[in-house]
Amino acid sequence: MVDVMEKPIELEPLIYDQGVPGRIGVNLPDSDVPEYDLPTELLRDELPLPEVSELQVVRHFNKLSTLNHSIDKGFYPLGSCTMKYNPKINEDMARLAGFAQLHPAADTESSQGALLLMHTLQEWLAEISGFQAVSLTPAAGAQGEFAGILMICKYHVERGDLKRDKILVPNSAHGTNPATVTMAGYSVIELPSDDKGNVDLDALRQVCDERADEIAGMMITVPSTLGLFEEPILEVLDMVHEAGGLMYMDGANMNALMGVVKPGELGFDVMHYNLHKTFSTPHGGGGPGSGPVGVNDKLKPYLPGPIVDIIEDATDDEPPLYGLVMPEKSIGRLKAFHGNFGMHVRAFAYIAAYGAEGIRQVTRHAVLNANYIRAMLMDTYNVPYPRYCGHEFVMQGKVEGTDIHALDISKRLMDYGIHPPTNYFPLIVPEALLIEPTETETKETLDEFIEVMKIIAEEAKTNPELLHEAPHTAPVRRVDEVKAAKDLVLCCAPAMPQY
Amino acid sequence: MAYIPHTEVERQQMLAAIGVTTIEDLFEAVPASHRFPKLDLPEALSEMEIISEMGAIANANEHGSDYAIFRGAGAYHHFIPSVVNHTLLRGEFLTAYTPYQPEVSQGTLQAVYEYQSMMCALTGMDAANASHYDGATSLAEAVTMAVQLTRGKRSKFILSHGINPQYRDVTRTYNQGRDLEFVGDDKAYSIDELVDMLDDNTAMLAVGYPNFLGQIEDFSALAEKVHAAGALLCMVVNPMALALFKSPGELGADIVVGEGQPLGVPLSFGGPYLGFFATKQKHVRRIAGRIVGETLDEEGKRAYVMTLRPREQDIKRERASSNICTNQGLMALAAAVYLSLMGRNGLRKVAELNYQKAHYAADMIDGLQGYKVLRDKPFFNEFMVKTLEPAAKINDALLQEGIIGGYDLGQEYPYMQDHMLFAVTEMNTREEIDVLVEVLGSMS
Repeated sequence: MVDVMEKPIELEPLIYDQGVPGRIGVNLPDSDVPEYDLPTELLRDELPLPEVSELQVVRHFNKLSTLNHSIDKGFYPLGSCTMKYNPKINEDMARLAGFAQLHPAADTESSQGALLLMHTLQEWLAEISGFQAVSLTPAAGAQGEFAGILMICKYHVERGDLKRDKILVPNSAHGTNPATVTMAGYSVIELPSDDKGNVDLDALRQVCDERADEIAGMMITVPSTLGLFEEPILEVLDMVHEAGGLMYMDGANMNALMGVVKPGELGFDVMHYNLHKTFSTPHGGGGPGSGPVGVNDKLKPYLPGPIVDIIEDATDDEPPLYGLVMPEKSIGRLKAFHGNFGMHVRAFAYIAAYGAEGIRQVTRHAVLNANYIRAMLMDTYNVPYPRYCGHEFVMQGKVEGTDIHALDISKRLMDYGIHPPTNYFPLIVPEALLIEPTETETKETLDEFIEVMKIIAEEAKTNPELLHEAPHTAPVRRVDEVKAAKDLVLCCAPAMPQY
Repeated sequence: MAYIPHTEVERQQMLAAIGVTTIEDLFEAVPASHRFPKLDLPEALSEMEIISEMGAIANANEHGSDYAIFRGAGAYHHFIPSVVNHTLLRGEFLTAYTPYQPEVSQGTLQAVYEYQSMMCALTGMDAANASHYDGATSLAEAVTMAVQLTRGKRSKFILSHGINPQYRDVTRTYNQGRDLEFVGDDKAYSIDELVDMLDDNTAMLAVGYPNFLGQIEDFSALAEKVHAAGALLCMVVNPMALALFKSPGELGADIVVGEGQPLGVPLSFGGPYLGFFATKQKHVRRIAGRIVGETLDEEGKRAYVMTLRPREQDIKRERASSNICTNQGLMALAAAVYLSLMGRNGLRKVAELNYQKAHYAADMIDGLQGYKVLRDKPFFNEFMVKTLEPAAKINDALLQEGIIGGYDLGQEYPYMQDHMLFAVTEMNTREEIDVLVEVLGSMS
């Protein structure tokens, strides 16, 4: 235990603690216009921001950056997040002045390049997933989900079908799914999974029989959050459609589907894409993301807007004129302007680099890599569902005859320079470790991971304390989360006067 | 093949280890009737070809490197110090995930904690979260917080017409599944008229500061009246204006939201941007989204960690107050770096440059025949101009002279058909302002 009165050891001082009054970190010009009096009675007295030099800022954030694990540093097999290489060329393209310095309220004629890029991306995403129309506006997967559920609900309301206020969600779903349903003002009916990891068909059949006219739709992830292709997926789609509901696909796992199956062709009515997963836009330590939605003709009028459409057809001499258009019965606006355009640019560059054949290879190799690790570790750890997986798979973080948990294995991986897999998700597998290598990792990296996981299984038996007390070599050891929630120190700015 | 490193030899080794002959064997669970569709996409491009093609697409836009920009309306052309971009490009920040594993994410976590702290300093609040998607969605989330804080017993929300119209749209879209009433923005009501709408069913009253029309309204008595009615005061702010003007905390706000794009985030045709959200300590447990707190590790080292996690979707699931997962982490980092570089002295100086240049432009335009600058309220860096000619015609003429002109307010406010909104920032030189004035003058 640490004596509370001691000053804690710092990895790097806070920027606020490095300042000296009067310092400034930028080189600004003087005013070139006449001086106007400021309205003194409206002005603030104090502005408690740091006072540091430019070099101090550079060193500070450089030092902080070295404390992170990242894809650029090493293997990051975080299931459901698709931590694939984030191509640097995408960063260069997003920073072209024509994109980075384009005002969002630029005149239509002034932004034809950007609108062409968005229109093309809409079409490419639609093609990849077999949908008729796409909106690029949602800022993240969760916003895409929200749009999807709002569209489904508006569809029913327009038909006078006001009793449909339930959305079916498997118990293996990502937390954003049920949270989205609640946000939209609807209720979740949770469905159990069977022992093969599929949605329990009997339970689904029963709900569809007994409560058909309450069902607005169903949200399902394909492949499932276990990384498995739901074998009876066509039956699931049929049952819900028969009951009068619409089918939403959570597209977080698209990395396993491209060129393999098109959700639109299977019969899904709507799905969201995660550009920051499947389409390589960088995670940035927690965003920004981008969560476009694709729909079939049924839901096309309800897309969140604005979307890009051709507002004047091409002539012999002129290309078409693109413009931002609000769909006729749109569910409305989900954010200001028209989406995270910077991420659209990156995804566009990514798909352009691969083309049709390349996109197909992305999925083939993502699935190859995941199955390879699964095959090589299934004798060391319990893999609850012994069949071919998609781009990720679940194993249990337990070693027989020891008291090791998934958490301990995760923390010990850090000592080997590997980011832990996703822990304790999906909820239906105890001590779950969800492993997703992605297609951009070499066989050597996978072999090293396999080797390390085997070593850790041995350590669990011969030296369990090593795991219980891991990590040993990370910048910090395990942190006191209880203290964080109890003390709630959320701000270090110099105290403002109490108003 | 692009970023896929496998050789044929390796593929064969891996397939053998798995026990299949081809990769296609791995997809046996996918319905055969729908398997392996064709993808109608173009041929792959080499990196050189991507640069060439995308360069041409980028050039087909009229942007801030080639044109002087005098348009704001929710997105501003500000100077971004070079250190910001270099920091964002560091792979350790750019390619890291959400900091769920604090031991290997202290870089992201401490940077976000510093960002939170600086937003508290600007807004005069006690706690800020790690970001929302943009200013519009942070206002939508403020509504959710107000519903919770009034225990669902109050359902009326008064929104000033002066709040960005897109933000009010988004707030309504977000809340269409709830039984809430949004009033107050069908006309240009004054602050006093909004106050008259307060009743014991009002959960929150929200105003813009400065408002969408650039104006700074008189809030001196507002908080007291809102609180007397048992409601919360929410201010939707331009953070750069807060470098000069009284903080919302000082004015009695309970929740402060807005768009952080002016703080080191490029225009980028509308995104990614940065929604910020700040509030008083007593409301912290109701904040949506991620929030970073300080703690210690097992060896007494100071460490940062995402805290109050049970509020979030992965734990609360259908009982979560918001479904937000990915936020705008890298943009929060951009703001932290920007505010560190600018600091107490630089941000004030930039804000003053904005104020001085905007007032110079306003004076000069007001002196022209056929133009009237609305000056009944103070403004920061954006002001309304009543014009004789239509905005489209004015802006066409300005484009010819290398200027992107003001925003056509008639698009958003039916009673402002002949008004334009001009923004002037530290990026506009006196020469540019003089050309703007000259072109405007030549049209009347």
